[in-house]
Amino acid sequence: MPQLPGWIANWPAYRQLTGRDRLGRGEAVRSPHTEAAAPRTQAADRVVSSICPYCAVGCGQRVYVASAGGRDAVTQIEGDPDSPVSRGRLCPKGAASKQLVTQPGRLTKVAYRRPYGTAWEQLSLDQAMDMIADRVIATRRDTWQEHHGGQRVARTLGIASLGGATLDNEENYLIKKLWTALGAIQIENQARI
Amino acid sequence: MTSDSMPVADGARNSLYGPLADVAADAGYPGSHPERVGFFTDTSVCIGCKACEVACKEWNGLPDPEAGALALTGMSYDNTGALGSNSWRHVAFIEQTVPSRADPGEPELISAVADGGATRWLMASDVCKHCTHAACLDVCPTGALVRTEFGTVIVQPDVCNGCAYCVSACPFGVIDRRDDDGRAWKCTMCYDRLRGGLEPACAKACPTDSIQFGPLAELREIASVRLADVQASGHPEARLYGADPDDGIGGAGAFFLLLDAPEVYGLPPDPVVTTKDLPAMWRWAGTAAAVLAAGVAVAFAGRRR
Amino acid sequence: MAECHPVAFQWVVEAKARGATVIHVDPRFTRTSALADLHVPTRAGGDIVFLGALINHVLSGGHEFTEYVRAYTNAADILPAEFTDAEDGGGLFSGYDPDTRTYDNSSWQPTGERDETLQHPRCVFQVLKRHFSRYTPDLVEQVCGIGPAEFGRVADAVVAASGREKTTAWVYAVGWTQHSTGVQHIRTASILQMLLGNMGRPGGGILALRGHANIQGATDVPTLFHLLGGYLPMPGPGEDMATYLARIPDGGFWGNKRKYLVSMLKAWFGDAATADNDFCFGYLPRISGDHGTYRTTLDMIDGKVKGFFLLGENPAVGSAGGRLQRLALANLDWLVVKDLTMIESASFWQDSPEVAGGELVTERIGTEVFLLPAAAHVEKDGSFTNTQRLLQWHAKALDPPGDARSDLAFMYDLGNRIRARLAGSDDPADRPVLDLTWDYPEEPGGDPSAEAVLAELNGYAADGSPLASSAQLADDGSTRCGSWIHAGCFAGGVNQTARRTPWQEQDHVALEWGWAWPANRRILYNRASADPDGRPWSEAKAYVWWDEQAREWTGLDVPDFEKAKPPDYLPPPGATGPAALSGRDPFIMQADGKAAIFVARGLQDGPLPAHFEAAESPLRNRVYRQDASPVSIQYAGRRQTRDQVAGHDATYPFVVTTYRLTEHHTAGGMSRTLSRLAELQPELFCEVSPELAAERGLENGGWATIITARAAIEARVLVTRRLRPVRIPGEGVIHQVGLPYHFGSEGLVTGDSVNDLLPLVLDPNVFIQESKVATCDIRPGRRPTGAARMQLVNSYRHRAGLADEEPQPGS
Repeated sequence: MPQLPGWIANWPAYRQLTGRDRLGRGEAVRSPHTEAAAPRTQAADRVVSSICPYCAVGCGQRVYVASAGGRDAVTQIEGDPDSPVSRGRLCPKGAASKQLVTQPGRLTKVAYRRPYGTAWEQLSLDQAMDMIADRVIATRRDTWQEHHGGQRVARTLGIASLGGATLDNEENYLIKKLWTALGAIQIENQARI
Repeated sequence: MTSDSMPVADGARNSLYGPLADVAADAGYPGSHPERVGFFTDTSVCIGCKACEVACKEWNGLPDPEAGALALTGMSYDNTGALGSNSWRHVAFIEQTVPSRADPGEPELISAVADGGATRWLMASDVCKHCTHAACLDVCPTGALVRTEFGTVIVQPDVCNGCAYCVSACPFGVIDRRDDDGRAWKCTMCYDRLRGGLEPACAKACPTDSIQFGPLAELREIASVRLADVQASGHPEARLYGADPDDGIGGAGAFFLLLDAPEVYGLPPDPVVTTKDLPAMWRWAGTAAAVLAAGVAVAFAGRRR
Repeated sequence: MAECHPVAFQWVVEAKARGATVIHVDPRFTRTSALADLHVPTRAGGDIVFLGALINHVLSGGHEFTEYVRAYTNAADILPAEFTDAEDGGGLFSGYDPDTRTYDNSSWQPTGERDETLQHPRCVFQVLKRHFSRYTPDLVEQVCGIGPAEFGRVADAVVAASGREKTTAWVYAVGWTQHSTGVQHIRTASILQMLLGNMGRPGGGILALRGHANIQGATDVPTLFHLLGGYLPMPGPGEDMATYLARIPDGGFWGNKRKYLVSMLKAWFGDAATADNDFCFGYLPRISGDHGTYRTTLDMIDGKVKGFFLLGENPAVGSAGGRLQRLALANLDWLVVKDLTMIESASFWQDSPEVAGGELVTERIGTEVFLLPAAAHVEKDGSFTNTQRLLQWHAKALDPPGDARSDLAFMYDLGNRIRARLAGSDDPADRPVLDLTWDYPEEPGGDPSAEAVLAELNGYAADGSPLASSAQLADDGSTRCGSWIHAGCFAGGVNQTARRTPWQEQDHVALEWGWAWPANRRILYNRASADPDGRPWSEAKAYVWWDEQAREWTGLDVPDFEKAKPPDYLPPPGATGPAALSGRDPFIMQADGKAAIFVARGLQDGPLPAHFEAAESPLRNRVYRQDASPVSIQYAGRRQTRDQVAGHDATYPFVVTTYRLTEHHTAGGMSRTLSRLAELQPELFCEVSPELAAERGLENGGWATIITARAAIEARVLVTRRLRPVRIPGEGVIHQVGLPYHFGSEGLVTGDSVNDLLPLVLDPNVFIQESKVATCDIRPGRRPTGAARMQLVNSYRHRAGLADEEPQPGS
């Protein structure tokens, strides 16, 4: 059989007339897009084991990351079929958790509102951290309570913290450890609510 | 010539209507093609969580609704409304008042309060049926709709020109054009995932296994056993929908166990492939169709460069 | 459960397919009800009557698991003659002081005698029987609106599925806890489960379904004011180590309390902690009463709190009394918010309802706000503890974007900056910070190693090797351990929480997936799965048992018992701690090793559960003269928060109850911002019955305004038979309005915040607010805007005899 030009051999009508798919509803009319179809997870540079960040069921997740031009991106998050908790399944929130990471609404810069200010301003992370450290020290000094009702309490009631139920154990541990050492006791999380 | 290469010679009946044992072979795939796969959506265990909707949109990268377009529909917990170009799974929520059961020993899926009947809340995740005889595919003049080696039906976005013949042909009202690009879109049963040996995103996510994916023949067996169980547990009106190869679409690749009549879920009670009588029409329109197909094929070849 | 924990619900669906009966008790017919065998609609707040009637059903019918009750509970304990039950005190137990609204529990203490026949009139079993004798099916109908036939079906099902061969599990979430009597709801279920022998056994128990990925871990580690790690209490004013330790009950494994405390102090203060200085016990700040988040909110309004950190938390939407929450934020000197997206607790100074209404003026709000971007779960290493105490590691997959970083990195960096500033200080108050062990190995990029922090929680033996178990802990300062219940999570220097042996490759207990505290044990008190002689109660329910040949406890799980202590072990006279527990005492954290049907210590509102109406309720108490909880917390302050509460006033004729939807997450910061979730539930709605809709002229899809004594909000209307009017004999009909609480002013979809409607009325044991029952009015149409909104609220308050809400500082 003489060699046909590629575009003719791939021409759907030619394939339809010469192949098994005489009605042109299948093999004969497959497009390049269709021929190239493959799950994008196959192109991931790494697959990382994770846990869903929403409720406390603790469904297993697999996180697919692809690198392009030196930038990493999450390309898919889906259930980990090995998990005895979830067997690979996810609820709508878990199924949306890639978007939790990649959403356009993610904060990426520090925003600062000065006292009595009417708008957000930008601040470098380093400057913000310095300012926060200064305020913690000053407030702690100003509100230090060595005694209460005649008994030693060694604390400040001037600084409080709320949050932890969405954070890791290790993060909660450092929160409790640092604040306790600083004498702040109003350290709470959603478990109270 | 073998009958394999002459699908129309035996009369178009089995290619366009009636039972068809091997849809992929009918579409020209060699004997080594994969088994036909499908969805069995068992609505008796659907909890209406919509994980299928989200997993589908996330995997397939479906566009978001326009900003400001989000509003409560007031239709129970359904704010998706219908299957469409950007929603390839749709969970229907049907609130019913049904008679309270007289026999207190009988299991029931309902609230036991007696006055004025009991409450029943049906949920069902709808999807493209991937018909054995898919009218969308049969009417598509460009070859954009295609039967895959898995027996499923997909739209090829690099071919579709937005003519929308398929939209009016679908007996279920599934396939839909996108407002922005004008092309037709619908469930692909995650064709890309199937090619990689993965199950479709919706079935993988489904928390209660209401959506099951697998070889269609196996799913039909599972479904008949399940139906008997459900019927015996106080749901005599439960039925399979789309599982019968003798139905008007030759059986669906995505079929359902329903607890009530199809109309209750917004499904046509007796769908018939709209191209059932196509051979007769071809006698009148064959020439015109061939010219049109050739013209589009040239356009297709041109775009390849 | 199907609504808020859909993936866990797969196990209920599977159990049902295998023959389990699923019963759902809830004011609303939900997605859970849709798949239950039986949905029992009830009036919000009647749970103690419902569960108490089940207890009465069990006791009056002789359905209790007698051998279990006798051997494993304190049913045989004899109470002192001075004890007066609520039955005789009009709802009050002995020891109540109406001036302080507190109990003195001295008359509740058992005599130390036991009657193993359970016949003594003052034994716990007989007291319990009498206590619940009026909790009948008729009372259930009068309080909950549940008919006797429905109640009977539940009672029969529970009894039929309990005993040697079967177990019943109770599953709850905040529908039980967010009440002024929340702890007693759980207690009532516990008593029922003890009587039926359903504790410590597979398929039994009382299972809390918690709503945040690490809310269990945040309780264990903990970020709670009253606790140190592993449920050690915080010290009180003036306490030295000896008085502190003496205060902690020392029965059972709490006999090791000094080991736990000293090892924690060594983990925190390192070489500075020595026997001579009581291991720096004096470095710990002291609590004096309630420093819970709601008390702190009021202290902010009163100007006592100057600086506030919010780490992944959004109280402006998520906490009760939203107006007070925002007024509190507006009266701070400075506020640090760390989150993934803009949340209402950061933007309150721009767009809160109080700004819209003129109560707050942006230019007069002095709060300095730092909003820092946070890392998502895939952008950091760490462990979450799920609702079954299972620690599971999530590994970092990529770097967070821009300035976003983990809270671990944030706290570490903040600690470093503070320590650098204080270096060289000779102020004794700075010593704890400077002596703090704060030298974690750093990952590339400078973040501290999360595994190193987990290893510190796990602890180290005297030779520096990671602990394999808390049994290795010493009280001489030779061991270090951040949290004794976590000892073993890094055994062998291996991160046990990162284990991921597929479930298909192990049995159903799956001990090789993650790590559960304590000691990787999956069911607590599982020695109770065997009979007193150590044999499984039945083959079907075999779980942990005594192996006579090997002379040890064995089974499918890690036995929750000293491995080599035989069932016939009897403690020698004078034994203390674990050694004082016999071989037949499964409840090893209790001093007597017995499950506590009667709780003599530790509860503020009574040793047995008693029904009280919610602080706001359309009904008066049908059970006792005492109407609402006599000890609920309703803060005094600049203004009593009690003044927010409308009681039974008919100005607010309907019940309002709040909940969550599958499609959203708590205060919405992780769901309203995502298009995939926002579109699924795009607007706040209220659910009302067709009867209430007809009575108030509400239309499906239209708008309604819901008014309580605190706030007015608007919502779209869903008219549904899934909400049924509750019929109370002699009272007629009580309507309940259902409201999901996910909405606020930020995100892709917005709406009024439902928590604005709620008062600050708290359970006295745990300071959790009553979110599940309040009273409201509802009327068609949208709410007024601006100042007119609060005027509407005040017009209702006037009618109810309540004064106007006071203007607050900062306005």
